Amino acid sequence: MRQITRSLVLLGPLLILLALAYILPFLGILRWSVTLPEPGLGQYRAALSDPLILSVFWRTLRICAVVTVLSVSAGYAVALLWVWGGPVARLLTELCIFIPFWISVLTRAFGWLSILSNRGLVNSWLEGAGLIAEPLALVRNEFGVIVGMTHFLIPFAVFPIASAMRSVDERVLMAARGMGAGRARIFWQVFLPMTLPGVLGAALLVFVFSIGFFVTPAILGGGRSVMVAELIYLRIFQSPDWGLAAAVSVILMIAIAGFLALLLRKMTPGDAR
Amino acid sequence: MPTPQAAELTARSIRKEFGEFVALDDVSLTIGRGAFVTLLGPSGSGKTTFLMVLAGFLPPTAGEVHQDGRDITALPPEARGFGMVFQGYALFPHMTVAENIAFPLKVSRRSGAEIRRRVAEMIEMVGLSGHGHKRPAALSGGQQQRVALARALACEPAVLLLDEPFSALDKNLRGQMQDEVRRLHREIGTTFVFVTHDQSEALALSSTVAIFDHGRLQQAGGPQEVYERPANRFVAEFLGDINILPISGAEAQGGVGHGRFEGRAIRASCGAAGATAALAVRPEHMRLELGEPAGGNAIPLSVTDLTYMGAETRLHLVSGGGTPVILSVPTAAMPAAVTPGAAVWAAWAEDRGFFL
Ligand SMILES: Nc1ncnc2c1ncn2[C@@H]1O[C@H](COP(=O)(O)OP(=O)(O)O)[C@@H](O)[C@H]1O
Ligand SMILES: [Mg+2]
Repeated sequence: MRQITRSLVLLGPLLILLALAYILPFLGILRWSVTLPEPGLGQYRAALSDPLILSVFWRTLRICAVVTVLSVSAGYAVALLWVWGGPVARLLTELCIFIPFWISVLTRAFGWLSILSNRGLVNSWLEGAGLIAEPLALVRNEFGVIVGMTHFLIPFAVFPIASAMRSVDERVLMAARGMGAGRARIFWQVFLPMTLPGVLGAALLVFVFSIGFFVTPAILGGGRSVMVAELIYLRIFQSPDWGLAAAVSVILMIAIAGFLALLLRKMTPGDAR
Repeated sequence: MPTPQAAELTARSIRKEFGEFVALDDVSLTIGRGAFVTLLGPSGSGKTTFLMVLAGFLPPTAGEVHQDGRDITALPPEARGFGMVFQGYALFPHMTVAENIAFPLKVSRRSGAEIRRRVAEMIEMVGLSGHGHKRPAALSGGQQQRVALARALACEPAVLLLDEPFSALDKNLRGQMQDEVRRLHREIGTTFVFVTHDQSEALALSSTVAIFDHGRLQQAGGPQEVYERPANRFVAEFLGDINILPISGAEAQGGVGHGRFEGRAIRASCGAAGATAALAVRPEHMRLELGEPAGGNAIPLSVTDLTYMGAETRLHLVSGGGTPVILSVPTAAMPAAVTPGAAVWAAWAEDRGFFL
């Protein structure tokens, strides 16, 4: 009991800050969602029946699912290199994982824009090589959004996967090898199943993170591939419809909280299956 | 079921270096067909490294490994087909007991019916009936150990290698598993190489004990031979308590060594090595006497302490010159007069002492 009191005193300022910065505004949004423009659940009904908003929800889910699969697959390969590669491969992988953290999300989105746009690197190379006559539409659509988001999220997928790989007892792999199992069998039947909890953790983490993405889809989607966060922004700043924006925010919050709860249950040791 | 062909393994002058560090130095050992050999030594003495060289997981820096006279040094572990029980079991955590045991059978492409039959047979043999559907995490340490044994034996290996299989088990369970392994060895008749750092386990289980220290093979021989005729002081002390008496003027004559311990004449049979300045006698090979015995080896001592250990009592004694001596006496035969401070004699037969 005294322990708890002590930690509360120490954590107090942080809790107050969190309450002021997150919970109070969220309560405000919750209030807007049921009071603007008139009291009631009308905005929720509207949000869940408006085909435009539903299509944004649907697109967000689709993009996030694709991004999750791509990030986790790529993250698995990167983690393999990081954990099992030679010393040079290890160092290079480490640099490639950590350097992106120092570059702002804005810079990275514009970087992809300059690579993928009609006059960008990819299109000018392909045109120069005579492979295409017209530039390919690589950006200002879902494709560009998926590329940018996947690039951003791969490092986040790497950490849980690498930690699962590090906890694999090397002797288990040796045992499989000693029984005559080839590399492919050891990977598919032993190593991959043993690292699956890390893969699931990474997938949930990336998915939850990706749902709220704003800057990357706004820039690389060019307004044509709007995701939920951008929709909320538009409904607040461009077509003032605060009640609806608030209702969509609350729906988004609930969805994320649900996935987070799932993530926490997966990550809690002892509860692991 | 075809009886497996037990193999003979020979290590010739094995050397293994990790960078600058020499983990194995000139180790030569013959492991007979169907033998039960234990590799015994303190932690870090190179036992696991030697086992890994035998299994083929580690290439030796120098030296050769032969199986039935054939050089297999360059053969990878999967081509050797030995069974192996790793330290910490190394079970597949995501597979059930039955799946763990079936894995090596699937790898060697046995038919589905044969795999099922063999898995059931192995589960029965190691006494895990009814546990086939469980994951390793749901089993006790002893049960996990049985799964590891069953998995290693499923393909009827010519050699079974075990790395400290019981070090994580408590004492009772360990004794039980030792009996089990001895029974399996008798039933299957394959060659067993068993690593342990527990000397009583090594003496109890094996036909040959190979004692390692600092990457060198110190001695290999039957349990009684290494215990009663240790090749050097390390072996003598590692295998159990031993009294070491400094001897002056030691010299050998016709297989018998003579010398003096604090002035008293001492005799001991000695081999080709001759007599040295240190005579070793095991505590249980010394007799407690209240007065000076008529003949034979005997030294006067005073009691410093007694330790009651149930069936036996350990006497801690010291000589006039300050040499500590330990004696172990059956508690039932313990004279009441022996209390701390009492003067007593320790006597032993000529063939019970040996020069180190
Ligand atoms: N892969 C390795 N690299 C460097 N040193 C090692 C390696 N494996 C073992 N050693 C060293 O070799 C020595 C013997 O190790 P090991 O054979 O595991 O001993 P034991 O099994 O008898 O406890 C130890 O000092 C250990 O640190
Ligand atoms: Mg070891």
